[in-house]
Amino acid sequence: MRTDHHSAYLSPILEKYGENASNLMQILREAQECHGYLHPDAIDFLCEKLGLPRTKIVGVASFYSFFYLEPRGQYRILFSDNITDRMMGSELLLARMCKTLWLEKGKLSEDALVSVDTTSCTGMCDQGPALLVNNFAITHLTEARVDSICALVREQVPLEEWPSELFEVKDNIRRSDILLLEEDFSLRAALRQGPEAILSELKLSNLRGRGGAGFATALKWEACRNAAGSERYVICNADEGEPGTFKDRVLLTLHAKKVFEGMILCGFVIGSKKGMLYLRGEYRYLLGHLEKTLQDMRQAHLLGNAILGDFDFDIEIHMGAGAYICGEESALIESLEGKRGTPRNRPPFPVTNGYLDRPTVVNNVETFCAATLVAAHGGKWYSEIGTQKSSGTKILSVSGDCERPGIYEYPFGVTVREVLQDCRAISPQAVQVSGPSGVMVAQAEFDRKIAFEDIPTAGAFMVFGKERDMFEVARNFVHFFAHESCGFCTPCRVGTALLRNLMDKLHNGHGSAYDFEEIRKLNGILQSMSHCGLGHSACNPVLDSIAKFRPAYEKRMLHHEFTPAFDLDQALQAARQMTGRDDRAAHLAKGEQ
Amino acid sequence: MTETFRLDGTDVPFEAGETILQAALKAGRFIPHLCHHPEFRPHGSCKLCTVKVDGRQAASCTRLATSGMKVESETEELNAERLALTQMLFVEGNHFCPSCEKSGDCQLQATAYHLGMTNAHYDHFFPNRPLDASHPDFLLDFNRCILCSLCVRASRDIDNKNVFGLAGRGMASHLIVNSKSGKLVDTDFSVSDKAAHVCPVGVILRKRQGFFIPIGSRTFDKKTIKEYVDTRLGEED
Repeated sequence: MRTDHHSAYLSPILEKYGENASNLMQILREAQECHGYLHPDAIDFLCEKLGLPRTKIVGVASFYSFFYLEPRGQYRILFSDNITDRMMGSELLLARMCKTLWLEKGKLSEDALVSVDTTSCTGMCDQGPALLVNNFAITHLTEARVDSICALVREQVPLEEWPSELFEVKDNIRRSDILLLEEDFSLRAALRQGPEAILSELKLSNLRGRGGAGFATALKWEACRNAAGSERYVICNADEGEPGTFKDRVLLTLHAKKVFEGMILCGFVIGSKKGMLYLRGEYRYLLGHLEKTLQDMRQAHLLGNAILGDFDFDIEIHMGAGAYICGEESALIESLEGKRGTPRNRPPFPVTNGYLDRPTVVNNVETFCAATLVAAHGGKWYSEIGTQKSSGTKILSVSGDCERPGIYEYPFGVTVREVLQDCRAISPQAVQVSGPSGVMVAQAEFDRKIAFEDIPTAGAFMVFGKERDMFEVARNFVHFFAHESCGFCTPCRVGTALLRNLMDKLHNGHGSAYDFEEIRKLNGILQSMSHCGLGHSACNPVLDSIAKFRPAYEKRMLHHEFTPAFDLDQALQAARQMTGRDDRAAHLAKGEQ
Repeated sequence: MTETFRLDGTDVPFEAGETILQAALKAGRFIPHLCHHPEFRPHGSCKLCTVKVDGRQAASCTRLATSGMKVESETEELNAERLALTQMLFVEGNHFCPSCEKSGDCQLQATAYHLGMTNAHYDHFFPNRPLDASHPDFLLDFNRCILCSLCVRASRDIDNKNVFGLAGRGMASHLIVNSKSGKLVDTDFSVSDKAAHVCPVGVILRKRQGFFIPIGSRTFDKKTIKEYVDTRLGEED
């Protein structure tokens, strides 16, 4: 019986997660790791065991890019499609792989062995082009590496037996400051100060959240501590999805213990017994390392019961499954609860109504690390680093046109120019700071500072040399937003798709002044009506690039007045593909259009 | 003493726990909306009811009213944006009013009239989702879904059935039904379900009732969307 086959691998998974529906994401992930996709019979079994309607399980599974409801092959290959991957030739490598494996992008091979597609930035921009195979990262792609991957696929070598050097991920730390420098931190000594003292040091430090928004950490912890309710939660946001950002990956690789210690500190201050780290699906390869770190900490009695006095605390790791929106804290909480990652209506905020509607602190990986520094050295010491409104240091993920891409830690206040010099940028014309939702900084602004009072950032720092077409950069970002919009609210769902189509229209040579005006209007609607930050910032890269790189658009304004996006010759493309023709007679002559 | 907030310059009373939209509708003040329904928990997805609260935009269906807040709704700017959202919904699906059985009973259409919509403005997406005519009493045309989730909420919260759900993400978001075959006939959906009667557009259609009420005598032939909402508050729907 088919169902027996599915119950055989599903039963242990369900047992591990206590047949608890709020663990649906983890159950689905492990089920898929066993079977390659979520079989309809497997969903039957899960519906019955978890007491969930099918609509719920299918609704959740279909929301996340990395869950499959149909077969996607024994090898599921996804090329990272960030602009930095493209700049390093990912498109040609993808085409090469498809040709070698005799398949079409996005479709399962006819022997049902393999599928090749693209995915949003996988956080390997300093060592791209990169891909994921069954969610495990492979970096530094070259023609030779692509060919050897194709050979492994064709010979059906099990993934566990692929050469380990393929899966090597580098840390590329180029500049360390207080956070990245090794140091001994005594959690127990820090805890002995007591929650009030830790909190007041945190206040003194002026530490602000490192996820981009910059909310005061002490205020967040205090609000949660004071919120009504018996159970509280600490959540570490490691859903590092902003294209161009990869500093959390390195922190979790080299300083996982420090991240967890920061979470324990927070738990101690707010009176929580449970922490959860939400790890993006793209970092699946880190799961084993993180679980082991937690296990070592339990052995060292830094986690578990009675860590200090009657303070109990433990941490679980939850994996995401390919949804940028889950970096938004309320969407992340929904996802942790086993739901579609739709941002909640706010207020109320997570500090009072978070995970399971209980008071919850959600902080970025880097924020928790910084909190341990404050606890160890005091708030005053910390506040004296950086600038007045942005204390401490910031870790930047530098990628793009530079000789030394990687991780750079600076005190806040560093100028864009200094970073460009340090990373040996190659004739830079622009830097995208903080990813697509951030700011496009042009040459004239290179003396601006990285700080909350000037250019705030979650960490991405993508460098574009003078040969790069900034229109194509913006177009890549707009495609990203349209792909990652959760679809909950009308303006973002439809608006990002309309914006994507407008940018494609310009790309295809049908641009006119009319389209400029349309983009401007769309931005107004997205800013005004969208449910969350994704919609609010979706037009940023376009507006920035129009304002600062107008010539890139001018050359696409081929028409003075309106031209429709419809292109008769382009419409024949499907027919050409079906008949395998691409000769002159299969195209319309210029005059015929 | 009841508390009040200011809506476009006049006071609207509210009770603790009421949203801006709930209080406004109770006071006979209309704010355009599609995903809100007085019998269900607020959802906040269509965003048509967006107002300015003390100068900042918020969905009035989810924002709780507080004493003394200044709310702007009937402004040129907000109505222009509501119109754009309505046009977005029109191009996202296949809303061809002249051939739609729901014409005249459709809240999307009535809202478009209310906002003075004369064209779709944007390029159509023309989705191509197969119809589901499997059920003996109902037809589903998924190409007209505006993802308001009213049927989802009605089936889950009132009928206790979960017949409907939302799947997919972004522009691929779509309505699904609760059966392995994906067909409505294989669910426990029935004509007595609340979910059978809440669709504001033409997705969930009763079979053998087509054009039973002729064009010209339909809901919105007789009243505007504002009057409809006013009367709906009291009736059973």
